[in-house]
Amino acid sequence: MKFAIQVNEGPYQHQAADTAFQFAKAAIENGHEIMRVFFYHDGVNNASRFTLPPQDDRHVVNNWASLDIKDAEGNPELVVCVAAALRRGMLDESEASKNSIDGNNIHPAFRISGLGQLIEAGIQCDRLVVFGD
Amino acid sequence: MATKKFMYLNRRSSFGTVYAIESLEVVLIAAAFEQDVSLAFMDDGVYQIVEGQETDGIGMKNFSKTFHALGDYDINKLYVSKESLEERGLSESDLMPLVYEDEDDDWEEKPSIKVVTNDELKAIMSEQDVCLSF
Repeated sequence: MKFAIQVNEGPYQHQAADTAFQFAKAAIENGHEIMRVFFYHDGVNNASRFTLPPQDDRHVVNNWASLDIKDAEGNPELVVCVAAALRRGMLDESEASKNSIDGNNIHPAFRISGLGQLIEAGIQCDRLVVFGD
Repeated sequence: MATKKFMYLNRRSSFGTVYAIESLEVVLIAAAFEQDVSLAFMDDGVYQIVEGQETDGIGMKNFSKTFHALGDYDINKLYVSKESLEERGLSESDLMPLVYEDEDDDWEEKPSIKVVTNDELKAIMSEQDVCLSF
């Protein structure tokens, strides 16, 4: 089955991000396809490459990266909503330079894009599974 | 592109958390994809479409006016839980008069809001292909 996943909550604050990761991992291991994971609301914080949990804790951001979810051309399909990201201080290189900000924090396994990517995933996948409250 | 039935389920009030406004942003983007879109309001979500919201005192953007634009985007199925209204001492007359122009009926202005029981809402929900909960 072809799945899309939406993550609405940030890492470490809320179980949703961990559960979504476990779901995605299990789906892939069982031969399903995860077409796209879309991060919205505080879920955009799952993409911060500056995340540093204590050594004895799971690393939520690296967990996502380890799934290696990409399209046929090798572009990341861990997609962060641009509007939700920018208002929370999550920037990639292009947004940082566009807004003259001297740093960026989006992990390279993720990419920033628009809400249309969420709707497109809902149309193209067999199931869109939403994780959050 | 295939047409699917998308429902946006709104369960939180307008302010206090970001879910309501970011849900509305998804709905407006979704309109461009020409899908069969409906919105449902239940629990505290019914407060999102109450008439007369005023945000000057809390320094937040009053996005409630945006709901009036939905009709122009062909989004005209807004289901509101009867039980959720009653639990909060509200009735349909407390809600914004949201309307759309029906192109199949000489552009007559018609109400977009439909108050339904939770059982009816359950049946409508089960017909959906995609249900996004906010």
